[in-house]
Amino acid sequence: MVLQDKYKEIIDAATAAGTQDLLVREQDGVLYIDGSANGTTKQQLWDLYEKIDPDYASGDLVMNINSVSGVQEGAKLKITTNSSNLNIRKGPGTTHEIIGKAARHEIVSLVRKENDQWWVIKTDDGEEGYSYTQYLTPVEG
Amino acid sequence: MKLKLPRILLMVCAIALLGATSTGCKKKQSDADIKAAVETALKAEPMSTVTMVDVKDGVATLSGECKDDMCKASCEKTAAAVKGVKSVVNNLTVVAPPPPPVIAADDPLTSAVNDALKAFSGVSATVKDGIISVTGKIAKADRQKLMMALQALKPKKVDVAGLTNN
Repeated sequence: MVLQDKYKEIIDAATAAGTQDLLVREQDGVLYIDGSANGTTKQQLWDLYEKIDPDYASGDLVMNINSVSGVQEGAKLKITTNSSNLNIRKGPGTTHEIIGKAARHEIVSLVRKENDQWWVIKTDDGEEGYSYTQYLTPVEG
Repeated sequence: MKLKLPRILLMVCAIALLGATSTGCKKKQSDADIKAAVETALKAEPMSTVTMVDVKDGVATLSGECKDDMCKASCEKTAAAVKGVKSVVNNLTVVAPPPPPVIAADDPLTSAVNDALKAFSGVSATVKDGIISVTGKIAKADRQKLMMALQALKPKKVDVAGLTNN
């Protein structure tokens, strides 16, 4: 209960923002917050986290807010890497062979979700394979 | 004499009436009063959450949700102790606790961590018993992105004691 008090602001904000499937529980001195929300809410919750626990140094919260759970197959995705191209791989993991690349800010479509980290995408050129979800941002509308 | 008797009678009646009503009030509170008293008592109860109280003929019925059996029993005891409550019907339900967190096994977690770290040069990590221990140097601006990526992998904990800001 102590951790729920420490991170109360996050829990309250997540509730107020209508986070779906919100789960908050504590185990062995770590608080776990899971749920699905849009990207704006996710960012807001993470900024609160950083405010309460600068540098995330306490290690007493594991927060997993999924902002892409609502993305449907066929949805358009923008490649949002920092600067480089995004690798398209044969399988879900960086140990798998690179079979293609998608340019930064290119728009691709979602074929299938393998898991939260790896999605199968298809470029307009017909290249299809696994890419890391962290660099895929759903195109609004 | 003719006048005095009724006056005395009237006074006796008045006293009797006053006494009757005042003792009556003490003995029999209205259900609404009892309801309010039970609600106040339950509010002071730290564990009670969403409890509703209904009182009829001194019988208090509690409904709503409690987080555990202890809370349920304690709310009943609190309500029963309120003056005017003859008995308590405990219809409180105990809410099921949220499922425990899912912690990824070390092998898939290790490969997922390695995948995530590809984007952060200068940062490395080890995984043991679900705990990700991160070491290295990172730009302060990238720290949040790194944590978002790592905490989404269902670790038991992310330890960044060995990670310093650039």
